[in-house]
Parts: sequence; C-alpha cells; structure tokens
Amino acid sequence: MRMWFVCRFCCPAAQSNSNPEWEAKVLEYFKGQLREKESHSWVPSLNDVPLHYLKPNSLVKFRCLVQDMFDPEFYMGVYETVDPSTKANVLRCGKYKDVTECGVDLNSRNTVTAERQTFYCVPIPGESPWAKEISFLSAARVVPSTSYVPSRQKRSYEEDDDDMDTQPQKQREPHTGGMGETPQIQPHGNGDSKRQETEAPSSQTTAPSDCSSHLDLNFPLPGERGPACLVKVYEGLDSFKLNDTLEIYGILSVNPVLTVLGEEKDPSLLLLNPTESMETPEEQRAHDPPASLVPRLHMLYARPLQHNNPLLPSAPTEDQSAFVSSFLVEMASVRAELLAYLTHVLLGDGLAAEYLLLHLISNVYTRRDVLPLGKFTLNLSGCPLNSYTERLYQIVQQLVPCSYRLSMSLHTMNSMRLVPKKDYVANRLVSGALQLARNTSLFLDETQLEQGQLDSSGVRNITALGNLISWQKVDYDFSYHQMEFPCNINVLVTSEGRSLLPSDCQVPLQPQVTPPNMEEYLTTIHMAQFTSQINKFRVYLSLARTLDYSISDEVTKAVEDDFVDMRKDDPQSVTAEDLHRMLVVARLLSLSLGQTTLSRDGWMRAKHIDMLRRSRTEQQKSLNGNEP
Amino acid sequence: MILIDDSSAVNTIVPSNLITKLKILGLNTSLFNVFSVLPSEVDMSSPLMYGTPSSRVEGTPRSGVGGTPARQRPDLGSIRKAPQVDLHSEPPSADGAVASEQALGQKLVIWGTDVNVGTCKEKFQRFLQRFIDPTSNEDENAGLDLNEPLYMQKLEEISVVGEPVLNVNCSHVQSFDADLYRQLISYPQEVIPTFDMAVNELFFERFPDSILEHQIQVRPYNALKTRNMRSLNPEDIDQMITISGMVIRTSQLIPEMQEAFFQCQVCAFSTCVEVDRGRIAEPAVCRNCNTTHSLALIHNRSAFSDKQMIKVQESPDDMPAGQTPHTTIVYAHNDLVDKVQPGDRINITGIYRAVPMRENPRQSNVKSVYKTHIDVIHFRKTDEKRLHGLDEDSDQKLFTEERVQILKELASKPDVYDRLSSALAPSIYEHEDIKKGILLQLFGGTRKDFSQTGRGNFRAEVNILLCGDPGTSKSQLLQYVFNLVPRGQYTSGKGSSAVGLTAYVMKDPETKQLVLQTGALVLSDNGICCIDEFDKMSDSTRSVLHEVMEQQTLSIAKAGIICQLNARTSVLAAANPVESQWNPKKTTIENIQLPHTLLSRFDLIFLMLDPQDEAYDRRLAHHLVALYYQSEEQIEEEFLDMAVLKDYIAYARTYINPRLNEEASQALIEAYVDMRKIGSGRGMVSAYPRQLESLIRLAEAHAKVRFSDKVETIDVEEAKRLHREALKQSATDPRTGFVDISIITTGMSATARKRKEEVAQALKKMIQSKGKTPAMKYQQLFDDLRGQSEAAITKDMFEEALRALADEDYLTVTGKTVRLL
Repeated sequence: MRMWFVCRFCCPAAQSNSNPEWEAKVLEYFKGQLREKESHSWVPSLNDVPLHYLKPNSLVKFRCLVQDMFDPEFYMGVYETVDPSTKANVLRCGKYKDVTECGVDLNSRNTVTAERQTFYCVPIPGESPWAKEISFLSAARVVPSTSYVPSRQKRSYEEDDDDMDTQPQKQREPHTGGMGETPQIQPHGNGDSKRQETEAPSSQTTAPSDCSSHLDLNFPLPGERGPACLVKVYEGLDSFKLNDTLEIYGILSVNPVLTVLGEEKDPSLLLLNPTESMETPEEQRAHDPPASLVPRLHMLYARPLQHNNPLLPSAPTEDQSAFVSSFLVEMASVRAELLAYLTHVLLGDGLAAEYLLLHLISNVYTRRDVLPLGKFTLNLSGCPLNSYTERLYQIVQQLVPCSYRLSMSLHTMNSMRLVPKKDYVANRLVSGALQLARNTSLFLDETQLEQGQLDSSGVRNITALGNLISWQKVDYDFSYHQMEFPCNINVLVTSEGRSLLPSDCQVPLQPQVTPPNMEEYLTTIHMAQFTSQINKFRVYLSLARTLDYSISDEVTKAVEDDFVDMRKDDPQSVTAEDLHRMLVVARLLSLSLGQTTLSRDGWMRAKHIDMLRRSRTEQQKSLNGNEP
Repeated sequence: MILIDDSSAVNTIVPSNLITKLKILGLNTSLFNVFSVLPSEVDMSSPLMYGTPSSRVEGTPRSGVGGTPARQRPDLGSIRKAPQVDLHSEPPSADGAVASEQALGQKLVIWGTDVNVGTCKEKFQRFLQRFIDPTSNEDENAGLDLNEPLYMQKLEEISVVGEPVLNVNCSHVQSFDADLYRQLISYPQEVIPTFDMAVNELFFERFPDSILEHQIQVRPYNALKTRNMRSLNPEDIDQMITISGMVIRTSQLIPEMQEAFFQCQVCAFSTCVEVDRGRIAEPAVCRNCNTTHSLALIHNRSAFSDKQMIKVQESPDDMPAGQTPHTTIVYAHNDLVDKVQPGDRINITGIYRAVPMRENPRQSNVKSVYKTHIDVIHFRKTDEKRLHGLDEDSDQKLFTEERVQILKELASKPDVYDRLSSALAPSIYEHEDIKKGILLQLFGGTRKDFSQTGRGNFRAEVNILLCGDPGTSKSQLLQYVFNLVPRGQYTSGKGSSAVGLTAYVMKDPETKQLVLQTGALVLSDNGICCIDEFDKMSDSTRSVLHEVMEQQTLSIAKAGIICQLNARTSVLAAANPVESQWNPKKTTIENIQLPHTLLSRFDLIFLMLDPQDEAYDRRLAHHLVALYYQSEEQIEEEFLDMAVLKDYIAYARTYINPRLNEEASQALIEAYVDMRKIGSGRGMVSAYPRQLESLIRLAEAHAKVRFSDKVETIDVEEAKRLHREALKQSATDPRTGFVDISIITTGMSATARKRKEEVAQALKKMIQSKGKTPAMKYQQLFDDLRGQSEAAITKDMFEEALRALADEDYLTVTGKTVRLL
C-alpha cells in the first residue's frame, strides 16, 4: 500500500490542475504520514536495498550527503498532450517526473514552466560498517512485506562485497521469503542493474583499462561504494547547503529513457541543433549518468540529520528527550567503562584515554566571527610503530558512526586530492577526501610519513589540513577563486614526535604495558567487549555531543580569578591560548559526565588534567632536547 | 494569417519575416487576400518592410537608409519558437497596457505584445534626440558634451568611426520613458528591431553620405530587472535581463547556418532556404524543372553566422554561504564572439531563453526539462578597467536609501570611530590601537594623481605590519580582515612564491594561447592582501613587494609579455620574531630580521605583546570566558553587525574623498616638524618624508570614518596619536629607551651605529699599539680586545668592527688570520 499511492496520486492530481493548492497538499499528506510512529521506517531505503529490488516510481528514502549542487533547471510543470488517435487534449503534470508522456504539444498555451534544482548526493562518506549494518537490520525488521525479502537482502549485501559477478546468477534464483510475492522488477530496469554497485576508483590503484565506460561516481573517499543519486529538489532550495547530511524521502525514477542519452547522436543533427552540442561529453556523463547507475529521486521531504548513529532516535521528538533523560542516569557509569576500555587500548595510559574520550565528543558548536569554538584536535604523540595506529583506528571506527583514516605517507600526500575542485569541463565539483559530513572523525596517521620531498600538491594538501585544524574550514578550489566552506570535523593526529600539523592539544603517549604481540593484545581487548557494551559506548559518544552547556556567573568569576592567579605565578607559561584550551576541556569534561553546567569541581578537574598533560609534554621536551 | 482589421478587439502585426518566409514557400497568391485587408494607414516604410533575420533575403535597400545592408541579428531570434497560431481562433489577450494604447487611438500592435511599432519607433527617436544626462560619469561617455543629447553625439561618433553599434543604457531609457523601458524589457525580440529601424532612419537622415559596413544595431545594456544569476526564474524567459558573472569557459567558434543554398542538379536552378528553429526544410521539388529530389546543398554559398558558447559562473560575492555557484550558458553572436576570455568578470545583457529538449522521433516520450541559455546582446567587462587604471566605481555597490540612512546615522554619532574599531574582530581581545590602525587601513586614504607633475600616483593605501609573539591572535586578525573585505586575499609567507604573489604566464591547453594569470597581489587590487608569516617568506618573493608597496604597480617581463599591472593593494602582514619569543632587549629589525627597506614601507608597525599585568589578565579572562558562554543574541547587541561594517566601509570608500583643509595642513606640518625635532637634539633623525605621507593617509582615512569631506584637525590629531603609538612600540631603541625612526629606516639605531664605530676605533688603536705585526691570529685579537674593553664585547660586534676596518682598507681577514695592509 505504501508504495502504490505515490504513482496513483500524482496523475489524478495533475488532471485536476484547476486546484493550485494540490502541491501543498501533497507535501502535507506525506509529511503527515511520515510523522506517524514508525512509518518512516516502512519506507525502503536506497542505502540498504539494492536498486534493482526497488520499484520505480515508488517512495524511497536515502541517507546521504549533498556532494554537489547543479544548476537549476526549468521543466514543464504542466503540459498538454495530444492523443494521436482521438486528437483529444489532456493536461498532465510534470512535477516529480523526469519524462513526459507521449505526444507533448510544445506550443500549448497551457504549459506552465516551473523550476527545480538537482543535487548530487552520495551516501555519507566514511560511514562505519556497524552503522550501516544496524540501520539496515532495523530496516529489515520493520519491513516485513516488501516484495524484497530482508534475509536475502542481507545475503546479497555480503555477496556484493565478495564478487560482483555473482549477481546476475543470484537473480535467477527463485525468491523464497514466504511472502508469496516475487520481486516486481520492471523489465527495463533489470538489464543494467548488475552494474549498480560501482566502486569509487581508489586513488592508489590506477583506473581499469576500460575506463571509458567506467563512470566516476565522485565519492569523496576512495574505496567507497553505494548508490549515488540525483535528487530533484522542488521546495526550499535555499535551506540546503553543500555537505548537509539529509534523509531524503522521494519518488524513485529509473526510467530507461534517461539512459539512452548521448548514445545515439546523429552528427548531422548536431551541427544544426545547438542545444545538443553545448554540452561536452564529460558534462553529459556527469549530469545525465544512466539511471540504472545513478537513480533519480524526486524529493518530497528531507530531514536534516544531526547525526547518523542508528542507535539514537534521529528526530528531535518527545521520545528522543525521553531517551536522553533515561540515558543521562547511566552516563557516568558508561563513561567509566569507556574510559577503562580506552585505557586498555592506549596501553594503560589513563590520561591519554581521558583526552581521547574528550576528543571523541568534541564538536564545533558555534563560531565567533572566524573563530570556531569547541573544536578539540588531539595530537597523540609517541605512538608505537608497526600497525598500532591502524589498530587504534579500527577501534575508533567501532565507536563512531563516521570516520576516515588518512595515512599521511609521502605518496598519499603528494598524489591524493584532499580539497574538492571544480571541474569546469564536466561542470561538477570533483570531490576530495576533506569533503566530509559533520562530526566525522578524521584520523591522520602521521607515523606513516617518511622523509622526502613534498611536491606542490603535497604542500597544498598539508596547508589544507592545517587550515582544517585551525579554522575548521576547507577552501574549495574553483580555479579562478577559492571558496570557503566551514566544516565540523574531529581531527585526531597520531605521530611519533610532535606533529607537524597544528593541534589544540598534544598528549605524549606513555605506555604502561608493553605487550609482546600488539595485534593479539588489541584483538583480545576488543573481543572482550560485548556488543551491547560497545553499543552503549556508541550511544554515549553521540549523545554527549548533543547536550547543551552553560556556565553560571559564579563559576565565570571563579575561572577569571583562577586565570589571574595563574598568570601571577608564571606569566610566561599561561597564555590566552591556554585559557581557551582549558575552557574547552572543562566544557567537554562536564559534558562527558552528563553535566550541562560547569561546576567549580569540573573546572578544577579540567585544570588538573591539563596540568598533568603539560608536565608530561615538558618532560618529553627535556628528554628530547629542545624542540623547535 | 497575420493581420486582422479593426473589427477585432486588438490589431496585430507580425514582423515581415513570417511574410517573406511565406513568399519563399510560394504562397504569395494564397495569402494575397490577407494582405488586402491591410489598413491603409500602415505605410510601406514601417513594420511590414522591416524585418528580423530573414528580411535580408532579397537584400532590398531600405527606404531612407541608402544601400547599407542590414545585418541579421541572431542574438534576437535565431531560434525562435514563435508559435504559428491561427489568429482567428485565438484572439490575443487584452491586458491593461493594450487597452491604454487603444485609448490613445493606436490600434496596431505586434502579436502577443502591446508594442505598437510606429509609436515605439517615434518614442525611441525622441529619446535619442533629446536625452541628456548631465550627471553621467560613465567612462564610455568620456569626451562627450554632457549638456548635449548624449546619443546624438554617439551617432556622430559612429559616422566618424564607422563602427555600426549603438550601446544604449537602459536606465537612461527608463528615466526618459518608463513605458518604453517596460516594453523593451518585456519584448526585446520585437522592440530592439524597432529601435534598430528607428536609429537607422535617424542616422541616415543626418549623415546620408556615411558608409557603414552594415546597418546600425542597437545594443541595450544595464537592464535593471535582474542583477543576479540566482534570481533568474521562469518568468524571465524571453525577457531582457542583465546579470553579472565570471566567464569560466568559452567554446570554439561555431559556424551556424543561417541560410542554406540549394542548387538543382538537373537545371542548375538555385534556391535559398532559411533555417527555422535549427532545421532546414530541404525542398523536395525543383520549382524550375519540377524534378523531384534534385536539389543539393552547396555549402560554399550558404550563409553562416559566427556563434560562440560561453559559460558564465555566478560571482562569489553574489552567493549565499554554503552553496555552490550556479552557471549559465551564454551564446555570443557575430562580432561579440571572442570578446571575452575565461576569468573575465562581466555584465551580460541578453535575452533569456528556454528551449525544450529536442523531440526524438524514435522516442515516444521526452524529458520534460528545458535547456536554458542567454542570447547575449551586450557584454560589459567589469574588471577591464582595472588593468587600465581608470576604474573608480566599477564595483559600485548599490545601496538602498534606507541603508544609506542607517550608515549616515551611524556616521553622525560622535563615537563612531570607537564603535567601529570595537566591532572589528570582537573575538580578539583589546589591542585597541591595532584595531584602530586596521580600521584606518580598511578605509584608506584619498587617491591623488600627480602624474602631470611626474610623480605618478601617490599611494593611498595604508600598509600595516603586526609583529609579536606567536599565539597572540595575529593570524586571527588577518583572517577576520580577509573575510571582511570584498577583495581580500590571504596568503601565507611560507606557502607563497613570487609567482603566486604577482602573476605568471600560462599556456592555455586548448587554445595554445599565452594567458597572464594574476596572483594574490594583483587580485587584491583595491583590496587588502593579508600575508601571514611574513618573515618566512623567501627573499626573492619579498623583493616583489618593494615595488608594490610604494609604487603600487607590478612589472612583469616574462615569456614575451611585458606589462605593468596595477596592484593598489594594502598589505596587512604578520611576522613572528626570529627567536620565537620577542626579545625586548633587541630592536624590531633584530627581532624579525626583515630588510629595513621593506619595513620603512609600512605606515604602521605594531607589536602584539603580552602586557602581563593583572588588570589586563582579568579583563582578558572575562572576555574569553564570555566568548564561551554568551549566546549569539548577547553578542549581537554588544557589537555592530559585520554586514553593517562591510557596507559602511564600502560606502565610505566609494563616496567619500576627503581633502585637507587649511588648519589640518598646518597641523600636519607642525607634527612633522615636531617629529624631526625630537631626534635632532641627540643628533638623530626621527622622521622622514615617508612618515609625513603616512600621517596624511591616516588623517584622510580617519576623516573617511567620519564621512567627512574635509580632513580636520581632529583627524590629524588621531593620526599623530596612532602613529606615535605604533612608533613607540616598534621604533624604540631598547638601549636608550628613545624613539628612533632610524631603526626602521636604516635598520640600526643611531646609538648602535655610534657604538659600532667606537668598537672599530678601539680595535684599530689596539692593533696600532701592537706595532708592526703584519699578521695576527683572529682568536688572539678577539681575546685581547675583550680584555682591554670595559664593556662586554660579543663576537658579532668584533666581527662587525673587523669588517668596518676592512672597508677602510686597513686590514683583510683570511680564514683565521688578520693581515694588515
């Protein structure tokens, strides 16, 4: 029932064009339906269900990042068709559709031109496997009656990972699911569907030889996979921004007509028809990729996502506040457990674990003119070599819903594209690894860096990372000018000595244990945690970030006095920068305990751990000789 | 088919292209009846005989315009989608405008519009003959008498120069006749040909003997309706619009067939077929010999017109934050082809078109999307003048009345200077004087031109250097300024090369053409170039700045391109001390190790140091903590909005040009004399003419802050104060505690120089006292000198003394030995 009403709904509405409010009513209707409890989880998701199992013209949802915004386009909002046999004129609606019915009367006076915009959306870059899995399992739980059977879906997902070629064969298998309904795949959608899972070309590997037919889906991170989508937006164009994470509800369109474009070009027509020749083949490939690879989604409604943690209710509703208040009670205990876990992971270093925890819940909560507040870039120095950092990343990845590890080897720094760049030939924004969703954990592994020559692109990349850390912004390259896009990315730098990148806070790691076999040690720690425990950690980290925070006047006064006293003792070592950092630490420390105001105790604790950290860095300095 | 008589509600005329088209098709006879109902008052010189593209078919000389051929205007309608509608079944809608026309007794309008050709022509001729704009300051009108009808002078120019293009400013049309303007905007396709016709009649009446390449074409520009690419919407289709943007890509020239020439293979009979909506209907039968399918297209004799596809991107200033820029396709025709290059910022006036996607006969249904583009009528480069130095108000921002009122109100407040300076980078604590300095830099001095007297341009821009300990929010200030000004550039000394700062020559991969790419300094012309880590810059890069910071130009001689670009940019630089911590025992030069030649080009040099006192600490702490807990609204209340500040600066920069009044000049002279006096007592020079120039600039900038056209004594006072403050910080000799400008101008304080001489003399005396020893050990000499002198002598000082003596040709130093000469 869910999927059907859409296609039925649109057509009659178009015919009763006399009522101009129907458009508003459509949106009202869908919003109303989706507000109902659980109803949004009935809608199949493009993230989870392979495209060829979804019915064209049905309602689907898509959890994604707005990667690029194309130019607005004009379309026939209302048009008239002439039936060739009866010569009867019929008014039709072009909204939420890509293709018109046959026999359009282009000269009709009833044609209404309307405007819409296309966004190029990709799945949230760096989404952790656990987040994908949970959201997909939960979807499976509540979608019992899709034509497509969840248990099979799970399998196909895994098989896709192994081998893409097994798919066609799999489709031939009889579908058993007990629902008695075989998948209703439109004949035209079938042929191309096997190409659906196109892997983003990894920057390290050279493109396959048949790259002419290979479509670059423009994922920000190498090795990503998943459907990219062209989303047609009709309302509220100004409310969307680049890099927004959205959950989009819309009508899926995979009409094969969209695919044939560009293939049957008659050269003689090209000469005379300028409208066709003005697009380069690159542009056409970027803007009109085959619908079987990049489906079109006509947006009805989009929900901005505060986070993509499937364990937390995503919408700010009553059940979320209930959820928060219930979780607040156990916050302190979960924190203790998490701290213990991280201490183990960081080889018994409790202070580093404390800082890592604070880093994981940090968040740019506001900006004062150019200054981002709340960012907390951590530089974990003195990391053991030999794949320790890799392991550490895997553990971080298990905890946060979005993450990416950038191994800062010379080769990567020189060859990788970090900053998105506008490609004017194809007229699209070519993505880079720094085009990330908010609150993504970026793990910079500086232990991989060796001595050598950075070329100009390497220098640019390092500068971009420095800007990201200091100002939380990325300057996208528009070749004639740069454009600044603010971001909110948690950067963790692991290095041997002090990092060459700026950071808010450096913690030298002091391992208390030296396990003979690092791999084994970390694996055992990881295995020792139950999934339920890990899930608690995940909820904790996402939740602590969203809490509100304030400082009372009384504490403000105390902090001020404290600062003045500290300066009195030693004006050289305590600067404004230190106060900045301590205020952030105090904030994060309070939030990590579930406290939404700064207490005197909280401030003292923050001061205390900052002192411990500083004495450690000083110690390190005297050990290593005077660092520059 | 086209004309109907008075009996119908509205009368309509269609341009003759449809009629001629019909003629070609051999339908004259069948249409004769329609023509016969032509009302007699329409004479043959008006609309019917006039035509858009196809009127050239017969090449008929136009009445009153001699033998000058008409030239087709593909910009107006090469891809017409004029529907062929049966008029009898669909009478055009009569709106209010039409009704009013009717009331005036005019009955004929072009179908689908309310344009009456006769009236429209008459109005435009009247406009050309009478329009006077005494306040015009457009550079295009340079050399014209502003009290004479403007466009008649332009016509005269055309008759002399022979370039048959008349650019018409739409705002002139609007102020002259609002209704005509409305028609022009709404029906450019019909109105502009009428204008063409009007201007040609007028022209050939005046200058019957002039010979032009083709008939004059009217090119309207500056249509006020649309300014921004983002605001284009379906209602703008087929209307005339003006948008601004930046060219990002141009295609190669596309020959577009206008008319196909067919020849019969059997009897050699030839015929021409017009392109209609991108298609050519190939005649199936030869009209002469009646052979079917005998006609062949002869390419050489077909008519083509030039066409170019240009992609234009929204300029960054027009965009809302967080979105990507939009692009639009623009078609340039005929002589507008290759007028613009990628990277140019232009204003385009043209007709906005939407074309439905081609219907494919093999497909039953089509995409429901239109392709949009603009047929350009007029280009106007907004930055072309930047290279020529004429530009004063090219990027004149349009301020609404209310906005100006708000700004003026703000300016009238007595404490506006303090208000603005505290609104600057509120997140950075204190450093009031530095903020004030930067504020004055943002406003800049008055630009003066002394080129007649051979001095050239006088620098109006204020340059500021901030030095100080790391972590004193210098970078943050720079970032703030960079975000505040429209033409700011931000570079880091570490990452930029001389090339990146100035300009470089690049070969375009497509056209193989050499293109001059401008760097940060040129890009920030009329803006501020923020250079962080100034001290980390390589010497060669820094040397570029010498020219920029005083002469305000940039000379390039590279790959055969020799030119001088304007770089009237203010430099705001930040430098860290060499020893990572500021050493108060050393002079500024010693601390930051920059060449004094460069330092003297900075008007103000500020030190950003930690003051280290309790009251300051307390205020700082309060400020920082507040930053972390105050809500947005509280902050807003306290400080001026960044947007207001931006507008305030833009307004002052554009409209306020203060001049010195008598008292102020007197005050300046006194100030300068005083400054010179300070040092003269101790045999030091404490001010140079450069400092006087700085004072003047600062005083002018301060007057601008007050929106005052006169520089008064208070401005001079503030300039003096600020200059003194900055000097006190940067030019104080740490050994004596006196302000000594020679630290900055020569790199060494006068006392230090004296001291150096003393050491050299002492050394010389010592060597002389040793008697005739041709060679000495270096170390030995050093130890001796140290033992002898009562003041501590460092190795540096010793070496300097040696060098001084070597310069006197008294001795030479080779390796570890010192030889007397």
